[in-house]
Amino acid sequence: MAVNAFFFGIYPYIAGTVFLLGSWVRFDREQYLWRSESSQLLRCGSLRWGSNLFHVGIIGLFFGHLVGLLTPLAVFEALGLTPHDKQIIAMTTGGTLGLAILVGLILLIHRRLSEPRIRANTHWSDWVTLVWLLSTLLLGLSTIAVSARHLDGGEMLALMGWAKHVVTFRGGEAAALIAGASLVFKIHIVFGLTLFLIFPFTRLVHIWSGIGSLGYLLRPWQLVRSRRLPGT
Amino acid sequence: MKVRAQIGMVLNLDKCIGCHTCSVTCKQVWTSRPGVEYAWFNNVESKPGVGYPDEWENQDKWQGGWKREPSGALRLRQGSRLGVLSKIFANPALPEIDDYYEPFTYDYEHLQQAPERGTSPSARPRSLLSGRTLEKIEKGPNWEEILGGEFERRARDANFDGLQKAIYGQFEQTFMMYLPRLCEHCLNPACVASCPSGAIYKREEDGIVLIDQDKCRGWRMCVSGCPYKKIYYNWKSGKSEKCTFCFPRIEAGLPTVCSETCVGRIRYLGVLLYDADRIAEAAAVERERDLYEAQLGIFLDPNDPAVIAAARRDGVPDAWLDAARHSPVYAMAMRWRIALPLHPEYRTLPMVWYVPPLSPIQTAVQSGMIGEVDGLPDVGALRIPLQYLANLLTAGDVDPVRRALERLLAMRAIMRHRHVGGGVDPRSAERTGLSEADFEAMYRLLGIANYEDRFVIPTTHREYAENAFELKGSCGFTFGNGCSGGETSLSLFGGNRRRTLPDEGGAV
Repeated sequence: MAVNAFFFGIYPYIAGTVFLLGSWVRFDREQYLWRSESSQLLRCGSLRWGSNLFHVGIIGLFFGHLVGLLTPLAVFEALGLTPHDKQIIAMTTGGTLGLAILVGLILLIHRRLSEPRIRANTHWSDWVTLVWLLSTLLLGLSTIAVSARHLDGGEMLALMGWAKHVVTFRGGEAAALIAGASLVFKIHIVFGLTLFLIFPFTRLVHIWSGIGSLGYLLRPWQLVRSRRLPGT
Repeated sequence: MKVRAQIGMVLNLDKCIGCHTCSVTCKQVWTSRPGVEYAWFNNVESKPGVGYPDEWENQDKWQGGWKREPSGALRLRQGSRLGVLSKIFANPALPEIDDYYEPFTYDYEHLQQAPERGTSPSARPRSLLSGRTLEKIEKGPNWEEILGGEFERRARDANFDGLQKAIYGQFEQTFMMYLPRLCEHCLNPACVASCPSGAIYKREEDGIVLIDQDKCRGWRMCVSGCPYKKIYYNWKSGKSEKCTFCFPRIEAGLPTVCSETCVGRIRYLGVLLYDADRIAEAAAVERERDLYEAQLGIFLDPNDPAVIAAARRDGVPDAWLDAARHSPVYAMAMRWRIALPLHPEYRTLPMVWYVPPLSPIQTAVQSGMIGEVDGLPDVGALRIPLQYLANLLTAGDVDPVRRALERLLAMRAIMRHRHVGGGVDPRSAERTGLSEADFEAMYRLLGIANYEDRFVIPTTHREYAENAFELKGSCGFTFGNGCSGGETSLSLFGGNRRRTLPDEGGAV
């Protein structure tokens, strides 16, 4: 039980703290090392398919998790969705997006391995990131098989309860809620939380900038900077 | 009217000998670093040719510059803002490094360490990207030097549009010129507009376009956005880099390295005043052939009292106004109209202009191979086709090119008459619309080309920009975090990349 309490009651906060503080420190201290590290210039190869499938899939899946786990149950009830319906929706959309990511990720990993130029310029943290993403994804996809065995949505409700308790800082209760869930779900969650832990130390930080780039939609085409100090 | 000043450049192609000193000195100063070995902020191309990177002028392929919508609005050729963002995961118009060339070095170590053998050892080329031995060097920064390679390849030069290019592949009809290229520091830069991070900006005081290395995130939309392909992605640092117009030198009143070291003395630097409120209007004129005149239309006369008053109001220092009045760039671009912009049809309003080259001509005239019009050689019969130059410099409009070349010829005729005698038809100067005093000044600037006439650069007013007391004991120009280069052996944040070549050994 202590293991359960640690990974589902305490670890989320460790991961979350490292994620936020680490990002902040890196943004503050190492702007020059804050970049997406694109390797497209060296060789495009299967990047167009791989990267687009991967990114579109993972952005979709991120918001899918966010909405699926944190939306109050009352909203689903108001929409007339039973837990069974919601689980089916989660399994199909999650499965589809997951497959898109899987194909994309395999293309990207293959490209990185097979092109000597790119392989020579891959940092170990890139391999950690890729392998971790792939493992988390495979675990996530295998939960679909587990879910298919009980479509009543009960386990899903427990996971939703866990997530809501975690984000409202009730770690002890959260861990207790999830104690009975299948092991696959639990490992998937731990892997997922670990992504937040490694986030500030890898190229994943470019996700923040990706969100920031939405400002591009609103800004004027041209940017002019003045070097004048105020009042001169 | 909003008056802004910019240091512009003019290159007199008539005197360029293609020695590449500008490129080499630029590289030594700015791009002799890992990740940008392949990048030449300044390069010299032999024209006709596809250039560097391959076919950079083919915007159907590379999607650079601006496009005018039927509504009259401008948008980037590579897409609307949403379109640009949607390509962020994989940019379909990004050149691969092979479109430039694969950077390489030679395995010199082998020369010293090879065992004794019947044949002498050779230093084989090694890729700087993968560290692997290259069997054959397929390409370099100037692969078409002096019309190198077959005509079929060079004929893909976009400036052949509207010409019977097959003729120019023939030995007797072939022609050649050099085109040194650098960032154009445009008034309406497409790179700035392409950057999702807002990392690229134009400096208000001197018009230099720079990439904020701290804000660049490596989205690489600027590389495809720039129609001149003068933004380079540093494959090592993951940031884009470009010509800085040697801003630390410009700020101190010194010419850029490429200009300073030009042995042909073909480069000129000077202040141009322009009306920033009319940039959008000038860049969006309907006909591409009107773009050259439209850009001239927003340059301001530094002798006009109204302009001077407005410039003072907008914070242009008096020293800059004075420099603008003596600007060689203003004289060549505006007063004599002998300098022309490079590819105005991209609608970026470039600020590095070119005096078109005359082809070898005096002997041809004397031997009767070229006819004369009003005492001047007929520019239409020059070796380099007018239409080719027009496609390069005026969006295809031949008249400004003809006028510029005629004025250059008239200057030569007048000076030849003065120094070596021989008849000069008085109509020849008259016909070109300039006075004898103009030709005298033009001769001083183009022929004598004294240092102080070529480079009229006011110093920056640093007291406006920084508090000198706070700079005490600070670092000079660095990448990264203050005095730290950002990459340390223990960096948590992705530094310490594996080297692709044997360690250089020791600290630099």
